[in-house]
Amino acid sequence: MHELSVTESILEIACRHAEQAQAARVTDVHLVIGRLSSIIDDSVQFYWDLISKETLCEDARLHFKRTPAILTCQDCHQEFELTTELIPCPNCGSARIRVLSGDEFNIESIEIERKS
Amino acid sequence: MSDKRIKIVEKIFDANDRLAQQNRQRFDDSNTFAINLMASPGAGKTTFILATINAMLDSNVRIGVIEGDTAPVTIDSDKIAAAGMPAIQVNTGGQCHMDALMVESALEQLSLEELDLVIVENVGNLICPASFDLGTHSKIVIASVPEGDDKPYKYPNIYRGLDVLIINKIDLLPYLDFDMDYFRQGVEMLNPGLETFALSSKTGEGLESWLTWLKNKLPQ
Repeated sequence: MHELSVTESILEIACRHAEQAQAARVTDVHLVIGRLSSIIDDSVQFYWDLISKETLCEDARLHFKRTPAILTCQDCHQEFELTTELIPCPNCGSARIRVLSGDEFNIESIEIERKS
Repeated sequence: MSDKRIKIVEKIFDANDRLAQQNRQRFDDSNTFAINLMASPGAGKTTFILATINAMLDSNVRIGVIEGDTAPVTIDSDKIAAAGMPAIQVNTGGQCHMDALMVESALEQLSLEELDLVIVENVGNLICPASFDLGTHSKIVIASVPEGDDKPYKYPNIYRGLDVLIINKIDLLPYLDFDMDYFRQGVEMLNPGLETFALSSKTGEGLESWLTWLKNKLPQ
């Protein structure tokens, strides 16, 4: 996957907001990642430790919140969570299913220390 | 301890998506239809593009191709140039996908106002390209039958948000255990009603329906 470019984006967004808030440093970064986003937490953390050095985000902790993949059947309107591989509707067997959530790939918030 | 939490709620791909929107505007301004062509390595992307170019040679449609490759090679762009169309080679520097910035730089080298169609041939990969909008109008995936009928189940993300699916190399179907119904059911679950063309770039079988779809998208 492309965790390096993803991590660069996270760093850019976090540093931009930290500067706007006139932060001395960023202590925590909260990410929301849907289960359908193919991102490996450990790889992001690995790159983060490397590229955040000498930025406002140095030593900031990354927190990953995983949101479930929720699908809905367009025939019987059953909602179900996808935990394994792709399956037809468990209620009626229809293949006409649609993803409701699980695609999220957001930076939700940062925690900062103010300049004293 | 931290003394302040700042709410952000920003999409991590926002920077790319904004740039993609600018690319789309440039295509629109010059009345050029743009395609992001994605597939696994060896699915037949370049052969499919060449078959499309050759079939449209008589129609005066002007086609430009942006070739993304992870290594600094010009094998694909040389083939396109040999077919008489402008080709820009983009080396992604080892990256597994193209992004909107790479397409923006490539556009600097193409005379868009002289082109009716631009095809971006993405890096051969069924995972990463799915996440990056390039600013094209249509996202197309080529699935070739030798890859197997389970690909929609194994690489679901690339099949979602797709506009057209090309099933390539159907001339090989008699020699393979490819279950078309199983394959199509996987696609249907991910992208109901997806426009699909089964064809062989090599023999030309099925190519006509694809060309009809394409011609309807081009500036008249």
